[in-house]
Amino acid sequence: MTEYTEHLLREAPRKDTANRFRFVWLVAIPLVAVLSQVYLPRFIPFLAYLELPLLITVHFALSHRGPIPALFYGTFIGLVQDSLSHQPIGMYGIVKTLVGYFAASVSMRFDVQNPVVTFILAFFFYFFHQFFYWVLARALLGEIITFDVQQNLIFGLLNAAVALPLFRILDKLKMAS
Amino acid sequence: MDFFLSRYRHLTVLLIVITAQLLLIAYQVRTNRDIPLIRVWAVTAVTPVEQGLELVRRYTWGFVEDYFVLLNVHGENVKLQRENGQLKIENNYLKNELATADRARALSVFEARSPSKTVAARVIGNGTGANSKVVFVDRGSTSGVESGMAVVTPDGIVGKVVDAYPTASLVMLITDPTFAAGVISQKNRIHGTLKGQGHGECLIDYVQNEERVDVGEWFYTSGDDRIFPKGFPVGQVAAVQNGKTFKEIYVTPSGMQGGAEEVLIVLQGVHQEVPAGELAAPGYRILPLPADAASETPQGAPQPGASATDADRLRAIYKQAGVDQKHVFGEGIPGSKPPDFTKIPSIHGTPATAGTAQPSSVPSAGAAPSVAKPVPAVPPPPATPPPSTQ
Repeated sequence: MTEYTEHLLREAPRKDTANRFRFVWLVAIPLVAVLSQVYLPRFIPFLAYLELPLLITVHFALSHRGPIPALFYGTFIGLVQDSLSHQPIGMYGIVKTLVGYFAASVSMRFDVQNPVVTFILAFFFYFFHQFFYWVLARALLGEIITFDVQQNLIFGLLNAAVALPLFRILDKLKMAS
Repeated sequence: MDFFLSRYRHLTVLLIVITAQLLLIAYQVRTNRDIPLIRVWAVTAVTPVEQGLELVRRYTWGFVEDYFVLLNVHGENVKLQRENGQLKIENNYLKNELATADRARALSVFEARSPSKTVAARVIGNGTGANSKVVFVDRGSTSGVESGMAVVTPDGIVGKVVDAYPTASLVMLITDPTFAAGVISQKNRIHGTLKGQGHGECLIDYVQNEERVDVGEWFYTSGDDRIFPKGFPVGQVAAVQNGKTFKEIYVTPSGMQGGAEEVLIVLQGVHQEVPAGELAAPGYRILPLPADAASETPQGAPQPGASATDADRLRAIYKQAGVDQKHVFGEGIPGSKPPDFTKIPSIHGTPATAGTAQPSSVPSAGAAPSVAKPVPAVPPPPATPPPSTQ
């Protein structure tokens, strides 16, 4: 084990004071993310693949490190997303619940402030999110949807690239509040 | 139990939340019912913000656009003034007026002309999910919109309403992977099912490989799905190839060219006829008739008003035989004496017995070469007894 990896694994969790979002931010940020996902692709269709609600869920889970708040936060965001889609309510809810839970569990073992770790986690959870949604759509709804691995890998990288500055901005907001 | 719950508290909560959502999905799928409360809350909360954003965008971005358009028009006017004088400037102004007639005007003309009752709507946002192709429009149940209604533009179909809320509706676009609609081809009236593919083109399925569909051919709604009235344009065929059982026909949707911003929701659909198109060309080349062929009437060819087929000739022969023997077909009880069919001429006009009248409609012997063999239904001449009597 190198010194660098030891540093990653032993890094102490961030201070509790820094993990306090105000309630308004907790509600407003995911709503803005969902609204952006609804509105922006009209003008820039490519942005449909930017999963801002997912990145917000991952950020919350990584910064709070509590699996239960994270899974409820994921459920909330997922259900809001479901209610604006034509799928049965609960599809995104389940996927984001799992993402919130696992991201919070992972955050206890890694230094999530590290940009490399953040990038890898964002990429992993995007792929996990898309894959698990595809599994649910096939298993529960019987939909025949193709899962384009190559495309999802590319969009995973793009989402991970967006996650780096986004998480930094959210951290700043958290500090300010 | 307490030990288990405290030891695996996180996992227990996760399982409870997941199970609750699974039950929610199972309820919706099994009963085919939605949870309107959650959706109505979410949509009612989101759509006013979207409408506000759209309003701001239209006025800010529209202002910038107008500014640049005005700059261009001004420069153009000056140039034209130099070159051609006031008359050409006026002409240019009128042309610009004509060119900048927006799609809303086209929609209103279409709305007035279409027999279907429609309501105009504006797209205000997309649905969530990368795979799904759904949009929100700013007309809802208060405008009479209901789920299942067709959404069209003057250029073609756009989608269908999947959910109607008080102030907005969710429209599934025809490019959505779960979308399907009945369509019919313009040339050969071939029925198929339009399916979304999640990208720009749609697939038309369930068309047999033996059917003929050409690239560039138009497809229209067939009305089979009871959602889209018959006769609305769907799109032009971009590519055709044979599949295992059915053809793979890819269509470029005509209603979504350049992105649909203003649409019409069909409140009461009226079926229309699919416009007549030219018939599909056969798969082989046919030479045109010789120049003198049209003027010549071939020997023995049926004259106008004469019987055209062997069946017609037979009918005329039997009818004449009945008249000659004073027999009325369709009368007489079973067992009564039938007409003597041995005294009728053959189909080719050769009299079977002397004195039997030759029907005027029967062509003479040695007529059209296409009728070389006698039809089996014709009774043989008396000299040759029928096989059944042997």
